[in-house]
Amino acid sequence: MKVSGDFTGRLIKNRMAMAGLIVVMALFLIAIFANHLAPYPPDKIDTGNILAEPTRDHLLGTDILGRDVLSRIIFGAGVSLSVGFVAVGISTLIGVILGALSGYHGGMVDRVAMRFVDIMLCFPSFFLILAVIAFVGPSIWNIMIVIGITSWMGVTRLVRAEFLSIRERDFVQAAISQGAGDFRIIFLHILPNAMAPILVAATLGVASAVLIESGLSFLGIGVQPPDPSWGNMLTEGKDNIEIAWWLSMFPGLAILITVMGYNLLGEGIRDALDPRLKR
Amino acid sequence: MGFYVLKRVLLMLPVLLGITVISFSVMKMAPGDPTSLLTDLNPNMNEEAIKRIRAHYGLDQPVYVQYGKWLKNMLMLDFGKSFAPDNRPVLDKILERIPITLLISVLSMILILAVAIPIGVLSAVKKDSLFDRGTTIFVFFGFAIPTFWLALLLMILFGVKLDWLPISGFRSLNYAQLSFPGQVVDVMKHLVLPVFVSAFGGLAGMSRYMRSNMLEVIRQDYITTARAKGLDERTVIFKHALRNALLPVITILGLAVPGLIGGSVIFETIFAIPGMGQLFYQSVMMRDYPTIMGILVIGAVLTLLGNMLADLLYSLADPRIRVTD
Repeated sequence: MKVSGDFTGRLIKNRMAMAGLIVVMALFLIAIFANHLAPYPPDKIDTGNILAEPTRDHLLGTDILGRDVLSRIIFGAGVSLSVGFVAVGISTLIGVILGALSGYHGGMVDRVAMRFVDIMLCFPSFFLILAVIAFVGPSIWNIMIVIGITSWMGVTRLVRAEFLSIRERDFVQAAISQGAGDFRIIFLHILPNAMAPILVAATLGVASAVLIESGLSFLGIGVQPPDPSWGNMLTEGKDNIEIAWWLSMFPGLAILITVMGYNLLGEGIRDALDPRLKR
Repeated sequence: MGFYVLKRVLLMLPVLLGITVISFSVMKMAPGDPTSLLTDLNPNMNEEAIKRIRAHYGLDQPVYVQYGKWLKNMLMLDFGKSFAPDNRPVLDKILERIPITLLISVLSMILILAVAIPIGVLSAVKKDSLFDRGTTIFVFFGFAIPTFWLALLLMILFGVKLDWLPISGFRSLNYAQLSFPGQVVDVMKHLVLPVFVSAFGGLAGMSRYMRSNMLEVIRQDYITTARAKGLDERTVIFKHALRNALLPVITILGLAVPGLIGGSVIFETIFAIPGMGQLFYQSVMMRDYPTIMGILVIGAVLTLLGNMLADLLYSLADPRIRVTD
């Protein structure tokens, strides 16, 4: 699979990918310029104005402490993105190293690594994540690390499969016969040719990490208040479900749009890379 | 067939052992050790007493000895006693919760199959039609909607605004006074939203999967043959194609087990359903380590059994597997 100008052309023409890209870029800008975009500081308490319905002053209403929901959602974007990226960074790193070793060397290394993947896949991932958090304690850093070390199995299998097939290709065989070392072959010859599917998996991985983080924060074991996270905002929504629908509605919408953005981008890249797969 | 079953069961053993190793490592990840919970806040603790407590729990021994002891207890289904105030054996606490979680999982699976298969088949047969496009959009939403948010929205709509369905618990307060049919209706009303929410993610995934399976099968030579010999389209689709497209669904159902069980933490907590997921959540919140470890191991073993059951069913349905594998 060669990433070329042809690919860029197809990517630009792919409406799905472009829609996803716009959402993702917009989220980045919102996260970076949160200070300037948010109408209020995210933790500004206004006791005279608690649980206010959406109005011109507070477009998405206020919460139980009178904090502006829109501002908190804007600041939550940064949390969500950083968790997504760090977690996927970790899982991709593990997946690439393990998958490369396994696919390149085969034999015993491969068998042990693949069994390890099978074992990890037996754990309902939410159980495993929660158990680790129960032992190490909830914090944004722990969340990132735990999501990362519990979601590398898919990437490992993918990288392994890529390595198995690319290793047999002529240019790799040529490099081997010229006496190139393992390190050189893995990182200079095979890995660059396996980048495309890894990129797709990573993009889709960010989406699932964002979902997991919001779920953990919703349960109170993720990002801890008063730091705003879309998940922990929804906890407040649940606590006030009978009186304040806006507290449940808008943070969830933010998660939905974000996750969908990454999914569209990931699927779009996949289609653009290999039009034959599109159906 | 007997040989195949034996092989599958034997292959399960190293995975089972691996599950215990990973669970044990999770437990060892905690900074400090379980005794710190007892000692940190107690001013009367001195070096000597801490040493005695550590020796009592076997924590002064090498890690592999500790693992061996722990593994032995696990194999005898001795998960220890809960740290929660009730101090009951962990196994009892888990066993009384499992049926509810399994009931919801099984009902969700039935719902997933009943809805996703027709959707998948129809959108494959009518590829690029309005229906197909509609389901594609639905699938994208299905993958992106956080289930707990969906649960909240449904609670607002059906519980608060319309007041049609109860939004928490497994049965009503007056359950004992209801007649038997009344009790069944009561439980069913409580289960509608949880089952729907727990099935939702799977619905999207399964209909997508079914669609691509069906598209794959329709391209095969034997379908062309069936059409060529003049069978009507209904017979071709529902008899020849559907049967073959349904085969891999068995495996996917097996793979869906961890998702359904893991998801129980979220929806059981939201809907206050006393299942394994809620117990797990409560244990995490109060750092009830024995219960956490028990549920972690049992959850993984249930998944392993689900996968194996799926593999065996598959080999029953498709003899090729037994021969080639």
